[in-house]
Amino acid sequence: MDELQYFLGIVFFFALPDVTLHGNHNTVLNIKPEADVAAIAAIGNKGKGIRSDCHVTLEIRQSGGIEIQLISKVKSMYGDSILSLCNEIFRFYNISDASLLLEDSGALELVIAARLEAAIRQLTGSTKEYLTEFLPQNKYQTARDRDRFSRLYLPGNSPSLMINAGIHKPNGIILDLEDAVAVSKKAEARFLVRNALRSLDFYGAERMVRINQVPAGLADLDYIIPHNVNLVLVPKCESAEQLKLVNENIEKIKKEKGINSNIWLMPIIESALGVLKALEIASSPNVVAVAIGLEDYTADLGTRRTNEGNESFFARSMVVNACKAAGVQAIDSVFSDIADMEALKQTVLRSKALGFDGMGCIHPRQIRVIHDNFAPDEAEIDKAKKIVNAFIEATEKGLGVVSLGTKMIDPPVVKRAQHTINLAVSMGKLNADWRNEFLNV
Amino acid sequence: MSKYDKLTTNAIGRVVPQIINGKEAVPYLGVGKFRPTGRKYAPPISTCADYPDDGNKVTGSIREALEKCGLKNGMTISTHHHFRNGDLVGNQVFDAAAELGIKNLTWAPSASFECHSPLIKYLEDGTIHHIEGSMNGALGKFTTEGGMQGMGILRSHGGRYQAIQDGDLHVDIAVIAAPTADAFGNATGDRGPAACGLLGFALADSQYADKVIVVTDNLVPFPCVPWQIHGNYVDHVVVLDKVGIPEKIVSGTTEITKSPDRLLLAELTAQFCDETGIVRDGFSFQAGAGGTALSIGIYFAEMLRKRGMKARFARGGSNKYLVKMLEEGLVDYILDGQTFDLEGVRSMRENAGHLNTSPFTSYNYHGKGNFASMVDVVILGATEVDINFNANVVTHSDGYLLHGIGGWMNCLFSKCVILPIPLFRDRMPVIRDQVTTICGPGELIDVIVTERGIAINPLRTDLIDKLKGSSLPIRSIHQLKEEAERICGKPSLPVLSDEFIAAIKWVDGTVIDAVRKVIV
Repeated sequence: MDELQYFLGIVFFFALPDVTLHGNHNTVLNIKPEADVAAIAAIGNKGKGIRSDCHVTLEIRQSGGIEIQLISKVKSMYGDSILSLCNEIFRFYNISDASLLLEDSGALELVIAARLEAAIRQLTGSTKEYLTEFLPQNKYQTARDRDRFSRLYLPGNSPSLMINAGIHKPNGIILDLEDAVAVSKKAEARFLVRNALRSLDFYGAERMVRINQVPAGLADLDYIIPHNVNLVLVPKCESAEQLKLVNENIEKIKKEKGINSNIWLMPIIESALGVLKALEIASSPNVVAVAIGLEDYTADLGTRRTNEGNESFFARSMVVNACKAAGVQAIDSVFSDIADMEALKQTVLRSKALGFDGMGCIHPRQIRVIHDNFAPDEAEIDKAKKIVNAFIEATEKGLGVVSLGTKMIDPPVVKRAQHTINLAVSMGKLNADWRNEFLNV
Repeated sequence: MSKYDKLTTNAIGRVVPQIINGKEAVPYLGVGKFRPTGRKYAPPISTCADYPDDGNKVTGSIREALEKCGLKNGMTISTHHHFRNGDLVGNQVFDAAAELGIKNLTWAPSASFECHSPLIKYLEDGTIHHIEGSMNGALGKFTTEGGMQGMGILRSHGGRYQAIQDGDLHVDIAVIAAPTADAFGNATGDRGPAACGLLGFALADSQYADKVIVVTDNLVPFPCVPWQIHGNYVDHVVVLDKVGIPEKIVSGTTEITKSPDRLLLAELTAQFCDETGIVRDGFSFQAGAGGTALSIGIYFAEMLRKRGMKARFARGGSNKYLVKMLEEGLVDYILDGQTFDLEGVRSMRENAGHLNTSPFTSYNYHGKGNFASMVDVVILGATEVDINFNANVVTHSDGYLLHGIGGWMNCLFSKCVILPIPLFRDRMPVIRDQVTTICGPGELIDVIVTERGIAINPLRTDLIDKLKGSSLPIRSIHQLKEEAERICGKPSLPVLSDEFIAAIKWVDGTVIDAVRKVIV
């Protein structure tokens, strides 16, 4: 993965000239319906700088059999298996006459399958799904209150950025179907995101997808809910009603597919109206966290985003307060200068001080800075150790009241201190047997 | 004359020829097993009576100098890669030879670059018979597809010095492009419009070639000091308007990587060196010019700074990061083989602790020791590694020649050899059952660091013991290979022809492997 690719992702993220805006923030997406039959389908990416991807040009014919022209940088190693995969997919869709040009820059099978399926379904209108292997290690659930310090945005139509995302250990990986995907690529990105959810190892990160803005984004759910997405990000959220629609659609798919697992929601507030509706948004069912998106929010205010963040102080405080009132996590906006780690650090420290529980990131280099600075510091750990120790001693003595010195300690404080200890241990900032050391000092 | 003859299987199990371009070649026998005999090669004795008393050896043109050197069919001409992809001299030498109607030359560059791809036309028309050096880019493609009349020979930097010194590679005419020179032929690389730092790769040629031509675009009055090439070895001096393109001379990868994957490799490698005790006061290291290697140097510098320690020496290629360490007192000496950026050039000019070295001092295996084996840790790259830790650095997995060997082979004698490499590049797994070409025997390669785990050569029980209980992701090389194949699929072996097109010579001049022609 190189920085340029990430940078391109950021450009998409913040500037989408093809998106039509109506009214305040109701984005209307012109996603081509799959049944819009064209003579030739062209799907995927190719050209200079494109890696781990492929581009298919497909024409379905009336006769002549299957013709496949493969141009691949890995032809000597995988040429036969690529042709075998393509023929298997053609058989799956009962296609016996077609001309396929596959230009491959080292795409994994899940990518080739997604691209070819997208092309076939665009031409035929088929709704059949060619599903790649569902890795057993991808079938985990996530807890409502798990750590969400960092969540890494990845453009949903850029496989090269997805493949190694998990090894950088973000708390969450977001496959983005919204702003990071050009409008003309949104339909094909759904297949790639679905296959990635099934066949790419997320290495334990929470599996997240940002759908398109409701109501258009509701159609994205069919591609992700059956494939163990842990959390759905709902962009440009301005009301509980939007989340109700999302929940209803998720429940419908879960019922159809026999899915029992929890699928969490993280609405993103990106407008003045959304900020004012923060409490009803945060209080909606299945919401575990609310994020704020400051690029759109400051644009809505008609102001400019700064590193100091004075222009968004009110909005961020509103979101934090609403989240704490609703008992969910507050997640800060991404920091967009991927070269300035010191400014990121200062932003994280301000976020933490305001009460945020995490923030988004757009480059893996940001993950460690975010984790290190959201993690409890030495003073917090020392205080937590004293509180938890006092609680354990009180429990051992059968005392109903926990006190530290002359101060009484309330149960929520003990709970928070225990959380701090657990966090410090899990992040390697404290030994698991800290109490022995504590008592022996 | 056939390209090669008398195939045999060498000590590492590779089929190699024993006759290459009509000359006998010894198959690889194992590390340290080949014992050279006889005496070193010596050039003809010269006399001052044949050279101008005023020391002025300036000749009108490259063509005139070649004629004066007695250029004829079948000779070997050497050039050097101090100007890397900005070299303007190498191609002109063969333009002149072609104008003179000369055929069947051997080109012996210390390395070739993409800028030399125009020479393909001389390989096609028979001006050049074959290359002994490296065949990169378009030249590599041309060679691998069977275009070259003779058999290509690839050597390491140290192997090239060894071959010239031992007479295995006889250079008839050496053409040394120099950023600054005087009319006597004293030359240096550390100043002038095409400053490149040093001219170490031409040392053997100046000492052992029958005839030596220095080509410069910055002729200074005698004496040119410091002289890195002694004028006493030089026959003719040619002055051109321009010998190199400065922005392409320092075109190595000289910035630390911003790729998160490569940074992870660098971080894991640095942590490995820390936990195994390699990073300590007075240690020594060598890291190449790639972005990952540079980043590891940054991590080393941070560790040393925090602990108030310093390294005794670092082997270059130098760059601005290494220079910063020298100037900050984090390393006592840079023993430099080539400079990768202008900061390196400046430092070599100005800093007494920044020393220019040569393949003789650093790498020559047929000497009385060399610097490479004294380095505590070396960080190298590879295109492929196999489950026995054998590594490839010259061919792509599809069989195409891709890179030269450089100092890579020579560096394998360091006390700890680490290859930080991605588990797969795009869809190409780097760890294979068998590498396409063996350039380094696995017994000399200690550690493979990938983004998904670190494999330690089972021979290095000392390193394995030191990392017991470590949080580093230690895996077996088999586990890493399986992980790559789970993600990418199991790759097919490239289908190559039975015909050989190039030989890979080990540091002692024996043939460790041979490259087959690809089927187009």
